[in-house]
Amino acid sequence: MTEASASVPIASARSGVAARRLRALLAEPKVTIGGGFVLFLITVALLAPWVAPKSPLDQDLMLASLPPRGLAGAESGYYLGTDDLGRDVLSRLIYGSRIALIVAFIAASLAAVAGTALGLLAGWYRGWVDAAISRLVEVWMAFPPVLLSILLVAVLGAGVGSVIAAIAIIDWTRFCRVVRAETMGQAQADYVTAARAIGFPPFRILTREILPNVAPALAALVSLEMGIAVIVEAILSFVGLSVSSDTPTWGGMIAEGRQFIHQSWWVFAAPLAALFATVLALNQLGDGLRRALDPVLRR
Amino acid sequence: MNDPILSVRNLSIASGLEDRAPILRRVSLDLAPGEALGLVGESGAGKSTLAKALLGVLPRTVHITEGEILFDGHDLGRLARREARAIFGDAIALIPQDPTTALNPGRRIEAQLTDGLRLRRGIGSSEARARALSLLGEVRISDPERALRAYPHQLSGGMRQRILIAAAFALEPKIIVADEPTTALDATVQKQILRLIRRMREAHRTAIIFVTHDFGVVAQICDRIALLFAGAVIECGPTAEVLAAPKHPYTRALIAAAPRYDRPNAGLAPVPESVVAQLRIEVAADHGRPDAG
Amino acid sequence: MGAPMRDDLVVARGIAVAYGGKRRLGGERVGAVTVLHDVDIRVGRGETVGIVGESGSGKTTLGRALLRLIDIDAGAIVFDGRDITGLPESQMRPLRRRMQMIFQDPMTSLNPRRTVRRILVEPLLFHRVARDGADAERRVRQFFDRVAMPAACLDRTPHELSGGQRQRVGIARAALLEPDFVLADEIVSGLDVSTQAQALSLLKTLTHDLGLAMAFISHDLSVIRAICDRVYVMQGGRVVEEGRCEDVFAAPRSRYTQLLIDAIPLPEIDPGWLDRDVAPEIE
Repeated sequence: MTEASASVPIASARSGVAARRLRALLAEPKVTIGGGFVLFLITVALLAPWVAPKSPLDQDLMLASLPPRGLAGAESGYYLGTDDLGRDVLSRLIYGSRIALIVAFIAASLAAVAGTALGLLAGWYRGWVDAAISRLVEVWMAFPPVLLSILLVAVLGAGVGSVIAAIAIIDWTRFCRVVRAETMGQAQADYVTAARAIGFPPFRILTREILPNVAPALAALVSLEMGIAVIVEAILSFVGLSVSSDTPTWGGMIAEGRQFIHQSWWVFAAPLAALFATVLALNQLGDGLRRALDPVLRR
Repeated sequence: MNDPILSVRNLSIASGLEDRAPILRRVSLDLAPGEALGLVGESGAGKSTLAKALLGVLPRTVHITEGEILFDGHDLGRLARREARAIFGDAIALIPQDPTTALNPGRRIEAQLTDGLRLRRGIGSSEARARALSLLGEVRISDPERALRAYPHQLSGGMRQRILIAAAFALEPKIIVADEPTTALDATVQKQILRLIRRMREAHRTAIIFVTHDFGVVAQICDRIALLFAGAVIECGPTAEVLAAPKHPYTRALIAAAPRYDRPNAGLAPVPESVVAQLRIEVAADHGRPDAG
Repeated sequence: MGAPMRDDLVVARGIAVAYGGKRRLGGERVGAVTVLHDVDIRVGRGETVGIVGESGSGKTTLGRALLRLIDIDAGAIVFDGRDITGLPESQMRPLRRRMQMIFQDPMTSLNPRRTVRRILVEPLLFHRVARDGADAERRVRQFFDRVAMPAACLDRTPHELSGGQRQRVGIARAALLEPDFVLADEIVSGLDVSTQAQALSLLKTLTHDLGLAMAFISHDLSVIRAICDRVYVMQGGRVVEEGRCEDVFAAPRSRYTQLLIDAIPLPEIDPGWLDRDVAPEIE
């Protein structure tokens, strides 16, 4: 049964409510601060070729291990100093953010889609569907995640794609559990009974009625997941299982910098700080989203 | 009225927020000892706020801007902490609306019932227990021992309300404020509870302020009615008079708006907008208020 | 109950509903709590039937059973001559347009994340009651005029409306689909007396103008009297009395009905009321 297309009145009403929701979102400080940082990072990553002062790959052994600006021995143009191969730390940091963000967004999205779909089904149909999915989740979660990700990447071969796949394959269970619980709770609500009484089919009720009410919890979880993905990517690139060693990654930089931590601590500290700030921002964003989007909390 | 036990004089309460919205406007009421006064009105009329003022539990977002509440030589609106603790919950007690949320789900009934006796009267626990048992007998609970040992969720709504009533009368208060105590109950249970309240009231000679939206309940339990609208007392007088010959058109319309099982066409006529509009003007201009008491 | 009459819209016989319990291997259920026992009820076309009872009487369960929103364990439900008792949900869905429900709490029964417009228009489009979005909008606005709701409410979400307005949206959602039968589940409980009068008056006019059959569930006998033609009195999952309102209220045959009637205080001085025919107090 297809429905007739909606005409203009519905669209304009939607923008009215959307505008109000946006305003409510921006009123929440965690969203603006955390989200602001993430946006800043995205911009930097997108504009990397123009923003980075040097090429991240250029080596100049004459300029190796220079300290950051402000310390004795610094060179102009190398704001965060250089590593042992004379490569500009800041530029590598900027290019490293690309990998971090790509992995974060794609992996979190894939995990979210898979986990949400199964969570909705489990929460709505209950019975054997729920039993099967729940057993699957339990078994899946029994595997130690980091070990499993290393195993997966080792099997699939190193590279960004493998890292993304590994994170998504492991972490979908997180979404599934939350969405399942939320769905079961929402399915008892009168507005869902009302939707059934109107005669809407289950697929429509799940996607158009329940999912929007699950969205606040989901948004927070996606943000959290992105933070986790950034860390997992860093771990994997730390052990050399992520992208090839030419492309700079924060984890890789930490691995390299670890060896020279006494002589040139900035090579180690800069990516660590970047990691920390990014994950913190993503977590704050997630928390702020949950609070701003939840109509109950808002009132 | 000779020597009212409680006298509210020109009490005005306003919101402390930016809009300074008035919640109670120059409310004046008197309560005679042992009398039952019904506080009636629709939601938002201010009856809960007035009740809270009498119990000393006004939220911090509102302030008394004018007037006084005289009880036993004190102004309840301006009490020092020590005096407040001696009066609220002691000489003035509450029968709350919702028996489900008013009892602590994690404590047995005995503890909750003897709290007041032990903490405020310094009575030892075994004597307090004996008193609690006798109170439970007064409120006609058939197995008081079992009730004392029970947790709230093990008892029915009606039983819980009886226990709350027992708790209210435990310290022999002079005034009881009953805040819609039967609204959450089935009609048959409501009747039993009302009967119980009447009996307790007569036995302990306690005055009672009965907050409700139901004129039927007021008719059966209260000696006098005060009808509130938008924070002002619109009409006040002996129950029989107000119900049989209401003076204000709002009172008449409100009584007529309620359905009746003995009249097939009652309950279909809301209070006309014109009456409400007129009333708002009156209230704002603050005149036409009959004297209370 | 007699043979079903030709103008009966909903006829339910022998309805039994039980919750919980475990299913043994043989298929039998053990340890279940029976909420409805062998209930017979019928609603004629255009008739308003009251279902009254205290908490635990099973009235809400009966209502949802009639609409096939919960499963029944025994009995048969016939809607407009068609047996819908065992109908699979896919066949029930197109039928649902004709049997709608109004809920007690509009705060929980209206999707909080939707505008009123979407809440009302989508079912109209889904069931093709409206030809397109413009037609749907027109119908909604017409209904709003009829119930004196400002059109501005269309762009709001449910919690931005007053209690009375929300209730009218709930009524609109059911009525706009032009059903034959409406189930109203305690829809005026918790409303102010004046707002309640408005809602009841609206309901009465609406059912009359649209020729709706209605099952009106309430714990309040006075409300039932105001708008119902016939009434079913329920206690402990059974129907203890049934008949035309004027008959049942004037001369109740069941002692329980008498008890319910006596429990209602009228707004008149009646010194003997409190002592009259009260159920045994000892609990």
